[in-house]
Amino acid sequence: MSLTIGEVGPDFSLLDTEGRKWSMAEYDGAPATVVVFTCNHCPYALAWHDRLVQVARDYAARGVRVLAVNANDADRYPRDSFEAMKERVAKEDWPMPYLHDATQEVAREYGAKVTPDVFVLDAEGRLRYRGAPDSDYGNPGERAEWLREALDAVLSGSILQRPETRPVGCSIKWKA
Amino acid sequence: MNVELLWWEGCPSTDGALTAVREALTDVGLDGVEVHMREIKDDGEAAETGFVGSPTILIDGVDLVPAAADEPIGLSCRVYRRRDGRVSPIPDPDDLREALRAAAERAEVKR
Repeated sequence: MSLTIGEVGPDFSLLDTEGRKWSMAEYDGAPATVVVFTCNHCPYALAWHDRLVQVARDYAARGVRVLAVNANDADRYPRDSFEAMKERVAKEDWPMPYLHDATQEVAREYGAKVTPDVFVLDAEGRLRYRGAPDSDYGNPGERAEWLREALDAVLSGSILQRPETRPVGCSIKWKA
Repeated sequence: MNVELLWWEGCPSTDGALTAVREALTDVGLDGVEVHMREIKDDGEAAETGFVGSPTILIDGVDLVPAAADEPIGLSCRVYRRRDGRVSPIPDPDDLREALRAAAERAEVKR
């Protein structure tokens, strides 16, 4: 199952690394929310991370919320444990909360496949974009342009030219 | 020279890695060397081979970029660093060429 363009994204309640609970409902009235499934150990997620951070910073003043979610099975991948997530956020400067999807239910409901997998939801919580941040993990100059295009379209109320792209990254590590 | 590319299906970098290795072989004049592909299918095979992530490139049995001692063994995508510091799922082309040249020199010395 995977969330399709135009569908309302499922609500959730997840803890971030500071122990704060987050839900989609909290963003009632926000013009756009980005939910990005990511992790600590994947080279694709790491390569795109700074670009996603910059998007979070650049669009914060326009009310856009970015939520990073780690759903990987921490038993098999200890680098993605809640403790490891906390350590990473403590070391780095994150402008967005890093949420722990310990049961993997949120990732399953959204149909996330890889890290990173980006979902952009509008003010009504409807999915407007799903895919990769941009066309090339190896080129920081791409600046997460596909994500920025999606956000600009949502914020301006215009039609997205590219509502879906193929997410590229490491498979989400599902529990057995 | 034996070049082996160990890969796991959960990681999308296999094709890119194979291309990079072939290009590096050509760059250093070793076009005739075949790259042997070896799929790592489960945790058991990962443990058996000391697999620390996909892709892992072995040149005459030696890891092109030796993994840190605390690198966990298992099915994952491997994190490499480009020479400019960027994270990458594939080794830096210069590292590939350097390792291949060194292996070729070792092989020459043995003759």
